[in-house]
Amino acid sequence: MTEKLLWAAIYFAIVIYLGYRGWKETKVASDYMLAGRQVHPFIMSMSYGSTFISTSAIIGFGGAAAMWGFPLLWLTFFNIFVGIFLAFVFCGKRTRRMGSALDAHTFPELLGRRFQSRFIQGFSGAVIFLFMPVYAAAVLIGVARLLEVNLGISYNVAVFIFTAITALYVITGGMKAVMYTDAFQACLMFGIMAVFIFWTYSVLGGFTAAHQALTDLALNPDATAAIKGHPMLKGWNGWTQGLDFGTPTWLIVYTTIVYGVGIGVLAQPQLAVRFMTVKSDRELNRGVMYGGPFLLFMTGVAFVVGALSNVVFFKIPDQTGKVLGQVAFIGGDKNIDKIIPAYITNYFPEWFSTFFLLAMFAAAMSTLSGQFHAAGTSLGRDVYEKGLGARVANVLTVNRLAALVAVLLAMGCAFILPESIIAKATAFFFGLCSATFLPMFILGLTWKAMTKAAAIASMLGGFAVSFFLLMFLHTPVSKPLGICKAMFGVDSLLAGYAPGSPGFNLQFLDPNIVAMPVAFLIAFLVAMSSTKFEEKHIKHCWRFMG
Amino acid sequence: MLGIASTELALAYLLSIGAAVLCLVYGIVKYNDSGPLTEELRAEEKEINAKL
Repeated sequence: MTEKLLWAAIYFAIVIYLGYRGWKETKVASDYMLAGRQVHPFIMSMSYGSTFISTSAIIGFGGAAAMWGFPLLWLTFFNIFVGIFLAFVFCGKRTRRMGSALDAHTFPELLGRRFQSRFIQGFSGAVIFLFMPVYAAAVLIGVARLLEVNLGISYNVAVFIFTAITALYVITGGMKAVMYTDAFQACLMFGIMAVFIFWTYSVLGGFTAAHQALTDLALNPDATAAIKGHPMLKGWNGWTQGLDFGTPTWLIVYTTIVYGVGIGVLAQPQLAVRFMTVKSDRELNRGVMYGGPFLLFMTGVAFVVGALSNVVFFKIPDQTGKVLGQVAFIGGDKNIDKIIPAYITNYFPEWFSTFFLLAMFAAAMSTLSGQFHAAGTSLGRDVYEKGLGARVANVLTVNRLAALVAVLLAMGCAFILPESIIAKATAFFFGLCSATFLPMFILGLTWKAMTKAAAIASMLGGFAVSFFLLMFLHTPVSKPLGICKAMFGVDSLLAGYAPGSPGFNLQFLDPNIVAMPVAFLIAFLVAMSSTKFEEKHIKHCWRFMG
Repeated sequence: MLGIASTELALAYLLSIGAAVLCLVYGIVKYNDSGPLTEELRAEEKEINAKL
């Protein structure tokens, strides 16, 4: 415990020093919001990756991979191909060029200026400011529980300490402090995950032998007896055997996790804004080179190790020489969030356990800092200064105060929301952002005929459809939120269908399967029948596109 | 394939690694590519960034 506290203190000291460096270099509003548009490609790429990957992506989804197996690797593919390659090469370059042409400082400001609409900027900023703290609280709850278990600090104190340290450098140092600390945290995460995968494959005899052992384990009735019939495994055939199409498990894995998170990343405001922090396309090209392998070592390693931990738990002696002889779900005390921590505690030396804990602090802190910064600038710049048209004497001070409000809101949510909300709150925010922002963002960057009316209709339509489906039909989110239950007495309006029927299974279909296509359709239909922008404005938006 | 029972999941495994390799190769090939802007436009963009 003392050793863990010492290393945690060293880690926090480095973070505070890097935050101080960011604060020293933050002189004007553009430093605070965009790090002066002069960020090194390695720092930008690592910041993007570490902001994207939170503790729940490694521990929560790693535990889910221990349960469901390799189907989650489709999310790794989407993370890298969509979240890095397509995001940087197609969206990133256009975002950077148009952001520069329109002198946009935030994601909502880019949308607002592209469509010449203060309403779009204000509404987008309000959505981010109001809902980002719920997502931030989910990250905060996860890491506070880790602090509580590993360092013996009470949950409330853990929330306060973690929030205070992160808020200190976000509020004072802005984007520069956020990105410097992110890059350090990403390096720590990368190193730990590299050891994690190397050790797991080594102990199981290499790639093919490890996978084969996992394949064989699913055919061993002694191994699967403990999990057969589990409600989370309807349609599950084995860790490397896949899932039956259309079953509730298939719908959750492929529509919410793979599609929802895999595509939703493109519309995450705290990620999109990073494209505007570099000075040319060259930095984005170089960023792709760092970002792809980084994400492979984050989600790829977490999902593969999570799945393979079943074999380790079943037949490899732990540090005390005892063989558990059970699958990971039992090793994790029948709680998927405890599988990865239990795997590390039982099979890895104390030093690795300590550094893994620090890597999880890093994963949480890098995500949280991006969330606090995005929510703060949304309130300060997009809602207060631009949306409400307030006269602002000192932009830096306003944005710092706004970030403080966002931090307090997130901390309040962390004290109120239950622990079981982590994965749901993440899916909720990703889903809402995808339906609300993605159609007008993508079409705004690529389609000159996209109109202001189409952007507003798509934004409001996507938000409304997504919000309705999440609140009243999609049980994994509507049940913990409880609004449907309070209004209609049921967890979902689809709950009345016979279990196993198509109507019943629809409640597990991710809302974005419906909401995002609807928002795109609204955009196309309204754009066809509404007033186009003047050629002068379009030329202005596109002047750096080449 | 690779000890993975389902061809679909073996494909997911290989495509994940392939996507990371694609990113690596793209970054190396385009290492010094600053984009399609003319010198004139590049100077204008620099001016905007300098004003920030």
